[in-house]
Amino acid sequence: MDIHEYQAKELLTKFGVPIPRGGLAYSPEQATYRASELGGAVVVKAQIHSGARGKAGGVKLCRNEREIEEAAESMLGRKLVTHQTGPAGKLVSRLYIEEATNIDREIYLGFVMDRATERIVVVASAAGGMDIEEISATQPDTIIRVTVDPAVGMQQFQAREIAFGLGVDPEIVNKIVPAIMGAYRAFRDLDAMMVEINPLVITKEKQVLALDAKMSFDENALFRRPHIAELRDKSQEDPRETYASDRGLSYVGLDGDIGCIVNGAGLAMATLDMIKLAGGEPANFLDIGGGASPERVTKSFRAVLRDKNVRAILVNVFAGINRCDWVAKGVVDAVKELNITMPIVVRLAGTNVEEGRRIIDTSGLTVISADTLAEAAKKAVEAAKKAA
Amino acid sequence: MAIFINEKTPILIQGFTGRIGTFHAQEMIDYGSNVVGGVTPGKGGSSHLGRPVFNTVKGAVDETGAEASIVFVPPPFAADAIMEAADAGIKYCVCITDGIPAQDMIRVKRYMRRYKKESRMVLTGPNCAGTISPGKAMLGIMPGHIYLPGRVGIVGRSGTLGYEAAEQLKMLGIGVSTSVGIGGDPINGSSHRDVLEAFEADPETDAVLMIGEIGGPQEAEAGVFAKEHMKKPVIAYIAGLSAPKGRRMGHAGAIVSAFGESAAEKVEILKGCGVTIAPTPSEMGATVAQVLGQMRKVA
Repeated sequence: MDIHEYQAKELLTKFGVPIPRGGLAYSPEQATYRASELGGAVVVKAQIHSGARGKAGGVKLCRNEREIEEAAESMLGRKLVTHQTGPAGKLVSRLYIEEATNIDREIYLGFVMDRATERIVVVASAAGGMDIEEISATQPDTIIRVTVDPAVGMQQFQAREIAFGLGVDPEIVNKIVPAIMGAYRAFRDLDAMMVEINPLVITKEKQVLALDAKMSFDENALFRRPHIAELRDKSQEDPRETYASDRGLSYVGLDGDIGCIVNGAGLAMATLDMIKLAGGEPANFLDIGGGASPERVTKSFRAVLRDKNVRAILVNVFAGINRCDWVAKGVVDAVKELNITMPIVVRLAGTNVEEGRRIIDTSGLTVISADTLAEAAKKAVEAAKKAA
Repeated sequence: MAIFINEKTPILIQGFTGRIGTFHAQEMIDYGSNVVGGVTPGKGGSSHLGRPVFNTVKGAVDETGAEASIVFVPPPFAADAIMEAADAGIKYCVCITDGIPAQDMIRVKRYMRRYKKESRMVLTGPNCAGTISPGKAMLGIMPGHIYLPGRVGIVGRSGTLGYEAAEQLKMLGIGVSTSVGIGGDPINGSSHRDVLEAFEADPETDAVLMIGEIGGPQEAEAGVFAKEHMKKPVIAYIAGLSAPKGRRMGHAGAIVSAFGESAAEKVEILKGCGVTIAPTPSEMGATVAQVLGQMRKVA
């Protein structure tokens, strides 16, 4: 789960990471009021779940009230498109108004859950301001990596090694070390998956400040972090995904026209692959989970049908604990209840498959049966093309 | 022989008396697994499904001589249950639970390093369908009847995609020595590589089908292991060819966040390691058959 920059800063400052003064605004009027509270030049920053906002016009330095109003007008209520948001962009409904800083140096500081070492790894670079992929590509020798031993946690000396490795003055080292340790504790104590402070700046006045901050959290740990779960902003999500996740379905929206309903994440991915290989485009990933009850099947149809690009639906269920006849009944009920007229291809396998197929074939509905994954994908692609 | 479990392995169920534990324990007993008891803290001394219930794993191991366990404990308490099993001297543990926080799993992995490699518990999962040695024992939640006993090993992240593979093999008359689910989480007990190593050492396995997916370094690591240390052929399919970068595809670990983590990149790396790639998910069985056919020709 991602959160906004201002939320990440509020969390990090509680762990001792210094941040510039700032405040939230929902309107141009509030923006100018916040700026007057701060005094001097300010930066108006669009709050969306994406990096690279500056290049997209989402970060503007303003020196007077008129500039602040103009910047706020140009951002609020608009969709900001960055290379991370996709062409649809993300809606700006909050602005963060922050005091301007005199930047002397910019540093990259990141914390990730490293899957190779199965530990928290700190990544730092003297080449701040660029994203980490860019640094890896252009200045890989500036990257410092430190692995944290989970038995004892991050130690001061590790933070010092990073700070000295960045080549900053000793007096700055004493200010960077608490910032690094604080960000690490925030990562650990809040069950983060990623914390990125880019850039961490050293100002001309020799202050250390987190100028931008990104945090993302482990969804499996939200049960014990209710104050983090509260920070979810549904306006930043694909509405199709919000609808499905609010109903306990694992759904990812895609750009094609074949809706997919599958049990199991691996089989769901394989089904999308098969559709692509058969020359079609999937509209979504959807894993209905282990207990594919008739109610869950109906719910899944509702979620898939919210995508208006869908022209055909492919149901692929490998019944393990479940029985195919039960799933088949769920499909038949859903088609009748939701009055679905578009072509539906159903492939069932596993327990009680014959009975399941009989229910589909004798339902009187125009549901197309398939025996194998390959056949199902081929029939779904054909049906979608015909309906186009 | 198979790997990890056989018909004799004495098995404990952790989270025995709960709804899910009860259902699957019965399925395992019906399949022929040697379930010797279970653990539910607070219910020790009672009996469930005709087997004794214990308060602690240590108590259960002392009384029953259990060597393997399966964890059905809910996510907030699952890491604790795994560590309890490791400390009680369980040799092989399967964790079915989906939704364990990643930092809990980091702690589990670090905790298990307290024990010397020779005596360290082997953990597979979490968030997996379990392990089955067809015709011998089932330590999982899979439909046992879709697996034919035989000599091909299966290792995979996904449950249902593993079923798909087992069924394709069965249609072709090809049996399975052991099928191991390593689960869809980013931090898991055993990697693809660890399981390949076990299959390489198993005299009853001739070839291995590895079912991977997007995200993480484990498939590439397994490819390098296969190239450098394996005589047995490895066949692989990588799911998620059509998955967009940065999107989590159901499994907590199925997300492309670095170079080498997409399906296409993994396929290239594996090909470079001499692994035979099943081009589509519907050709997993046929590709295994083809490789077995070539082996027979050579022999």
